[in-house]
Amino acid sequence: MQSSRGKTIVEKIVGRAAGVDAVRKGQIVTANVDFAFAHDSSGPRRWQPHLDRLGVGLWDPEKVAIVTDHFVPAVDAQSAEILRLSREFAQAQKVSSFFDMIGIAHLVLPEKGLIRPGAFVAGGDSHSPTGGAFGAYVAGYGATDMLGIVVTGQTWIRVPDTYRIELNGALPKGVVAKDIMLILCREVGMDNAFTAFEFAGSTVESMQMFERMVLSNMATELGGEAGIIAPDQTTCDFLRERAKPVDDEQKVMELASDPDADYSSNFTLDVGALVPQVAAPHSPANTRNANGFSDVRIDQAYIGACVGAKPSDLLMAAEVLKGRKVADGTRLLIAPASTETMNGAAADGTLAALTDAGSIILPSGCGACAGMGAGLLAEGDVCISSTNRNFQGRMGHSGSRVYLSSPYTVAASAITGRITDPREFLSES
Amino acid sequence: MMGKAFLLGDDIDTGQLAPGHLLKLGEDELATHCLETLRPDFASQAKPGDFVVAGKNFGQGSSREQAAISLKVLGISAIFANSFARIFFRNAINIGLPVFELEQTHSITEGDDLAFDLPTGRLENLSSGEKYQLQVLPDYLMQIVSAGGLVPLLEREMARRQDALIGQ
Ligand code: SF4
Repeated sequence: MQSSRGKTIVEKIVGRAAGVDAVRKGQIVTANVDFAFAHDSSGPRRWQPHLDRLGVGLWDPEKVAIVTDHFVPAVDAQSAEILRLSREFAQAQKVSSFFDMIGIAHLVLPEKGLIRPGAFVAGGDSHSPTGGAFGAYVAGYGATDMLGIVVTGQTWIRVPDTYRIELNGALPKGVVAKDIMLILCREVGMDNAFTAFEFAGSTVESMQMFERMVLSNMATELGGEAGIIAPDQTTCDFLRERAKPVDDEQKVMELASDPDADYSSNFTLDVGALVPQVAAPHSPANTRNANGFSDVRIDQAYIGACVGAKPSDLLMAAEVLKGRKVADGTRLLIAPASTETMNGAAADGTLAALTDAGSIILPSGCGACAGMGAGLLAEGDVCISSTNRNFQGRMGHSGSRVYLSSPYTVAASAITGRITDPREFLSES
Repeated sequence: MMGKAFLLGDDIDTGQLAPGHLLKLGEDELATHCLETLRPDFASQAKPGDFVVAGKNFGQGSSREQAAISLKVLGISAIFANSFARIFFRNAINIGLPVFELEQTHSITEGDDLAFDLPTGRLENLSSGEKYQLQVLPDYLMQIVSAGGLVPLLEREMARRQDALIGQ
């Protein structure tokens, strides 16, 4: 049957992967997966026993990436064992893309140019949608789902609704993609299962890749299975700079949703008048203007995670911290999301601005965001964090409280020891 | 299936079901901590066959499959909620724990005796006498659940492929 409406980028990719010309919302189809990845917590340790029992290996070791990021670096014998198992697995299964302790999967894979526009990608982590910034359909799956995928190269998918978020206008100084996403968590809600989000509009078009990745990453908080952005020149340039150019730029641009595509919902936001945002405990949807929280004293400020410790995020922090000091009684912890991010920050002076201000630099990995690594919170601790979730107890004791914000706001709050609107530390330019 | 209803609210996240700092533990031990911050008595009270009845966006948060596994380990036989987070929904099906959307969860009270027939989707509240017809799972998902999960299904599939190879 010929579809009368145009297709969204999601329908184009899912249809191609499923070998079905016109997929319909709600239809259950089997898709061929172009690329799959998992990390040390969700991958090898959970798959190995089943692979042994099934007596099979990976469907295609060239199309599977393993990234160690959750239990790194090992803090005890158990986490060391999980990492050892990951390494042995990667070697035994001849996984060509094995990235050991060089950063968080959702950043490392784009750095390596492995998330390709138009690809159907399965990731063994809930923030897999991050890769959607590259015009790929990237969804998250649990361990058994991923097992099925890495063994067969296929998975079932209920063709999602596509929810279009249109962002228009120029972002004011001190307001970034993270602020937008916290607003969307409140406005669009977090209960949007079996929905793929598409971000479009002039604001998105003028964003650089690392900021676009924030939109895609937090499509997860909206409950979305994907957070996709049509690939454009910015996307192609990023990949070319990574020595992984696309074959045919023209074809890549044609992935964009058709003008008459059928969206299930639309939401438009003019960003021109937005102010910095903070989400209060214990939900990313608990969002209000940052300046309304100035009476909240903080013990810890944390810049980390796939969403909030990329090169762009460290630059924001450095812009605020340069020539200033972290307040007495407050600690600022920074876990660059990848070693490449760390090296870049060391080379261009960003790192010095951070450490001169009194920040403590932590290893690259999920760290406290996953509730596993360094920087966890004690009972009663109050933390402002550039991460994406503040569910109760996620970063330590269930009696701790986590506020979410942009790296700008985290850094500004570290200086004053209270939740602080960063604009007072940013010069208009 | 028959058992008692455990009532939970909206937005139960996977960290409440399987706490992040305990993910290093084995499945059985981890399950004893299921929902401990919300309902410290849950793990000890749940009996094989019991049901979880919850609000919207059940299982939001991380992709950790242990969230669904913990409920299964404790003997929960099915979950009825207003809505589910997608990864949790898939995880539950994949480990053979049936999950169903149910709008009228408010008419079920804590401790009600429920009877559920998986193939037909008929749910009966034996305590109140109310009956509900749930939307049955699509065929392929039903196949996974009836096989006891995706792994047993894969096992069968792999065996079939082997036989086919040998037969050639
Ligand atoms: S940094 Fe946090 S949100 Fe990102 S993958 Fe790691 S645990 Fe998940």
